[in-house]
Amino acid sequence: MLRRLAWFLPTLLGLLAVTFVIARVIPADPVALVAGETATPAQVEALRRQLGLDRPLAVQFVDYVGRLIKGDLGTSLYTTRPIADDLASRLPATIELTLVAMVFSVVVGIPLGVVSALWRNSALDHALRVVTVSGLAIASFWLGIMLQLLFAMRLGWTPLNGRLRGFPPQGLTGLYLVDAALTGDGAALGAALSHLALPAATLAFPALATLVRFTRAGVLEVMQSNFVLYERAMGMPRSVIVWKYILRSALTSTVTQIGLLFGILLAGAVVTETVFDWPGIGTYAVNSIIRSDYNAVMGFTVWAGAIFLLVNLLVDIAHTFIDPRERAA
Amino acid sequence: MNAALFVLSRLARDRSALIGLVLILGLVAAALLAPVLATHPDDVFELHPSKRLLPPGAQHLLGTDRMGSDIYSRLLFGARITILIGVIAVGASLVIGVPVGLVAGYYHGWLSDLLMRVSDVFLAVPQVVLAIAIAQTLGPSLPNVILALSVTYWPWFARLVYAETRTLQKEVFVESTAALGASPLRLIALHVLPNVASPIIVRASIGMGFTILTAAALGFLGLGPPPPTPEWGRTIAESREFLPDAWWYAAAPGVAIFLTVMGFNLLGDGLRDVLDPRIRRASGGARGLAGDADG
Amino acid sequence: MDELLSVRELEVEFPTDQGPAQVLDRISLDIGQGEVVGLVGESGCGKTTLARTILGVLPQSGGRIRGGAIFFKGRDLLRENPVVVNDEVRGRAITFIPQDPFSSFSPLFTVGTQIMDLMKWKSPRRRGGAGARRWPALLRGYPRERWRADRAAALDVLRAAQIPEPERALGRLPHELSGGQRQRLMIAMALLPRPDLIIADEPTTSLDVTIPAQILRLLRALVKERGVSVLFTTHDLGTAYEVCDRVVVMYAGQEMESAPTDAFFQRPAHPYTRRLLESLPSPGGEIRDIPGEVPSLVGPPPGCRFHPRCDYATAECATLRPAAHAVEGLHRVRCYHPVGAS
Repeated sequence: MLRRLAWFLPTLLGLLAVTFVIARVIPADPVALVAGETATPAQVEALRRQLGLDRPLAVQFVDYVGRLIKGDLGTSLYTTRPIADDLASRLPATIELTLVAMVFSVVVGIPLGVVSALWRNSALDHALRVVTVSGLAIASFWLGIMLQLLFAMRLGWTPLNGRLRGFPPQGLTGLYLVDAALTGDGAALGAALSHLALPAATLAFPALATLVRFTRAGVLEVMQSNFVLYERAMGMPRSVIVWKYILRSALTSTVTQIGLLFGILLAGAVVTETVFDWPGIGTYAVNSIIRSDYNAVMGFTVWAGAIFLLVNLLVDIAHTFIDPRERAA
Repeated sequence: MNAALFVLSRLARDRSALIGLVLILGLVAAALLAPVLATHPDDVFELHPSKRLLPPGAQHLLGTDRMGSDIYSRLLFGARITILIGVIAVGASLVIGVPVGLVAGYYHGWLSDLLMRVSDVFLAVPQVVLAIAIAQTLGPSLPNVILALSVTYWPWFARLVYAETRTLQKEVFVESTAALGASPLRLIALHVLPNVASPIIVRASIGMGFTILTAAALGFLGLGPPPPTPEWGRTIAESREFLPDAWWYAAAPGVAIFLTVMGFNLLGDGLRDVLDPRIRRASGGARGLAGDADG
Repeated sequence: MDELLSVRELEVEFPTDQGPAQVLDRISLDIGQGEVVGLVGESGCGKTTLARTILGVLPQSGGRIRGGAIFFKGRDLLRENPVVVNDEVRGRAITFIPQDPFSSFSPLFTVGTQIMDLMKWKSPRRRGGAGARRWPALLRGYPRERWRADRAAALDVLRAAQIPEPERALGRLPHELSGGQRQRLMIAMALLPRPDLIIADEPTTSLDVTIPAQILRLLRALVKERGVSVLFTTHDLGTAYEVCDRVVVMYAGQEMESAPTDAFFQRPAHPYTRRLLESLPSPGGEIRDIPGEVPSLVGPPPGCRFHPRCDYATAECATLRPAAHAVEGLHRVRCYHPVGAS
């Protein structure tokens, strides 16, 4: 485990270097784009010097890392605001979406997986297996569009896109659900939920499919264990055997999945946010890329990379706590 | 070749794997025979503005798109793009990833650590994001999409091969052969590779599915081959402004993607069950599986 | 009947690729109050299946009970309400000592948690009955008073089982204890619900050689103190000799002979038993295979299943299985030609 920790920083640096190089090695000239079509070559050069983009790559990189350490992710070429601020303002939206999707997949997925294993080869099990296999084959942006088509356009049950129409609830967290609940703002809560429904469902679908599959496999395996035999022979109530003992054993591997799930969800968020015009980090990333705002692209990649490496690390740590045997190892 | 026949015969008993195989063959057939199967083969390039957005009917099996082109025909030609992207991207990832994994696994020391850290860097960021960044940087085109996908997928193969090689190294027969003085290359080629082949094949099949999904996502975002290339993801993007009326415009390419990816996933699952369930468990295969779903 | 456990004509079948295997062929077996009975036989003879059937835990993919009855305290377990059997008989009146104590614990919970969970449901101080069934099992609470009493009782039994520092042991995870300690724990857990009968399935097989003797003697002492009956399956005749009051030998799904221990070892009547004892390298050793093959249980030989390998077999042995008859007192045998008879 210590090795993992030790490698964290160099890996992060490597990530930075890669993105840095990629972002700089481009045929189009972003400076020219920013300067505008009417700018003269001299003006473009002046802008380039101003932005410090005329210095050797290596120097730029060192400078960049230096600023990173101070928490400065650079300034967006497009919005001219600090990227860190841009990201911070959009973070709650993405977190809320991802959390809701994750909670939903876990709360629904794990029990479904258990039930699927208990009633193996029943009609329910087969139906679930079909759904889970499909879940990983559907393009999530397409799923989002189809859901919009059915529920928003045809049935009118949910809004089409966006996070909220009208004023957001008062609050500190920036998570509309939490803020609305805390301030007792029922209307805002309802509105926020209805806006969350489709994007969260889209995001959750592949995660749900994965969780059901893994839980099912895990439970099936654990059911063969000797301690399950013992508990059955000693007449322990079935629900206790399943939901306390079997599930806990099956979950030791599922916890690792949940960590990776977070990664999947965050990745899926990028595309899903684009489909639903969700004002989160995903749309920010995509827009920055399309606008050749490579400072923002860098900022986003650094931030995303760090988060992912961190999540992986946390998952490793969590795993040691879930499975007490690992602590000895 | 006996091994191949054995695998095929075992596979034949697995119904869902067969369905997967059928779907894939259907895809290949659609791609190869597109000029023959298409009702309006020229619609890939020609425009018929007067016939825009017609619903599915006798003339146009899946309706027409915003340019009046026959959706069914364009989908068939789009299958070619899909296969091309999938095969080349996964193939390139294989060609890069497998040797990297072999070297990293076989040798110990700073080189192998470095190689694995580099892979970790690529694995740290989700494939979609990195692919988007690369594709955007290089500009929307077919070769760039393939490049972006290859560059982001090879670490999966590298990691897999690395783990398998390390496990195999501990096997007695490898140690003894090495002790007898066999050259590393010979050892790798004759002893390591055959054992590693199975997980690679499984990963390649499942990887095709995910690569195709990512490629469609890139197309959707406008980063794929530009029009008039009938790429499936882009078609979905084009269709959005005409919803909900022209629903077939969005539904058809999505279903095509679904069936294709489903085919590769089912086949991959079937291959995994057939090829070596025991070895997978020994090398901690369960953990590796989780990393499959990306994008 | 006054026997504690009376298995009558039990028939169990397992599906296999080649067809159904007749694993238990109308077996009958009695166990009296406070009696320690050893069930011996080669591997595959069905002793584990018999033990599991009594416990009611045949593998889900597997065996089917085709006929017969298991009378426990006068009631047929196979025909009683399964919920009641699970609640009142299993883990209470009849408990279990498994073969492998290590894997019979969940590795993720402390030993104490698992013991107290058992006590929550199976403690002799628990009041059963209709009222108890109103709440789903997961939500039921554990009354403080009873918890304390149960825990004290658990510590007592752990001490009786000679587990050092019982309080600390309870706080440990299974892998932190030694094999011998785990086996003692299993014995303790089998005794805590104050059962009438303990079914021990090859309880010392997975331990290394030096430990079993002490543990066996301990087990025997503990059950004799409490008047508990034990059904002990083993392929080790030495164990049977040490611990059991009576020995029953099985072959290919049929019980062949049942005798008090001394009689069993000194005056075996059944030809199979004789061969078994003769084939031992030293007295009280493990059962080695005797010449010939154990028959396949799919389409087994009719009548007495040992007849193809038996020196004394005659036509009637291959036709109808002999009924049990007494050789002397409690010594009974199922054979037309018992050795030593006229």
